[in-house]
Amino acid sequence: MSLVYAGVCSHAPGITGRANLVKDKALREEFYAAFDVQRQEIEASGAEALVVVAAEHFANFFMNNMPAYCVGMADYYEGPIEDPEWLQIERRKIPGNADLSLRLTREIMNTVDVAYAEEWKFDHGIIVPLNFLTPRFDMPVVPVNINCQGPPLTPLPRAWAFGEALRRACDAVPERIAIVGTGGISHWPATPDSGKINEEWDRDFLDRLMRNDKAALLDYTDEQTYADAGQGGFEIRTFIAIAAAARVPGTLQFYTADLPIFAVGCTVARFDLDAAA
Amino acid sequence: MSLYNLQKVLYVLNRDPAAQESYRADLDALLDSYDLDDEERRALRDGDIGLLYVLGVNGQILMHYAAFLGIEWFDYLDMMRKGIERYGPVRAGIYAMTGGGDSFTVEENSQ
Repeated sequence: MSLVYAGVCSHAPGITGRANLVKDKALREEFYAAFDVQRQEIEASGAEALVVVAAEHFANFFMNNMPAYCVGMADYYEGPIEDPEWLQIERRKIPGNADLSLRLTREIMNTVDVAYAEEWKFDHGIIVPLNFLTPRFDMPVVPVNINCQGPPLTPLPRAWAFGEALRRACDAVPERIAIVGTGGISHWPATPDSGKINEEWDRDFLDRLMRNDKAALLDYTDEQTYADAGQGGFEIRTFIAIAAAARVPGTLQFYTADLPIFAVGCTVARFDLDAAA
Repeated sequence: MSLYNLQKVLYVLNRDPAAQESYRADLDALLDSYDLDDEERRALRDGDIGLLYVLGVNGQILMHYAAFLGIEWFDYLDMMRKGIERYGPVRAGIYAMTGGGDSFTVEENSQ
């Protein structure tokens, strides 16, 4: 009963770092406003901690020791690891809750062999969303990573199973928990094709996600995703995990493919937990 | 070919201020501590973004090295394109240029 909010949003570094290069500034403000609605919904849910399921980019994990899944377990974190001027987010400490992380991790471990980390530097995958969702950085965060960068990657059905385990863990603790999945859908970031977005593919994926259609969400191969949605498309794992945790359909609150300087189709959505209550 | 080691240098450099200091103070000494072939070493010695891209360095690592070198975003994208023109297609990894090398952000660039 303690999962009080579940949603997804985009996390690309350009969202803050290249904000000044946006051509359609009104559309940028619409996107930021959608983030702010998400912030208000998280606050209104009474959440006492925010679990951020992200796909990091070699801030903490490298091919010397790459976990498929990892949960942060510290009382504070630091970030951004990127140059603050490049990301346009000031470096700071972000509160955590090691005890809550421990209890969540123990429960998850009943079904998923998750790794844990008592030290974690946030990169844009977590801190860009936090910049909008907890702008005062005053809500304890539990960072969770799914490896979407260094293949071999966890298969999609395992991402679903992880989301189910995360839900059981949230329901097993007395705290009110919000969870947000961050990532991109189709995108080709940090390649010469940066800014390319397959809107049709994105909208089809988001339709499957908002219907919370498990079979349809797991009906992708990495080869297809790479061809249609780029290497950035591998990050659908984070959104799929949140769908599994939410168990209910959702509402797409914002999507646009028309902010290419952000190098991602900009997305904000929630799952309608209240409707199931 | 030791893409792992090549990426390791940049991974460490991206996150470790002490390594950044070593890079600036004595780059050869820093590179000596990694098992790199001549081409990889040259790419790092010259800060050759195009060659590093073609060698297969993951873009999420390479873009921060480019920022560390003070390279602006659009110049960074162009350096990858020029790398392909000069050295051929990306040889490894998941960050290959799958399109025609066209810019998808021209409008912003022209501002």
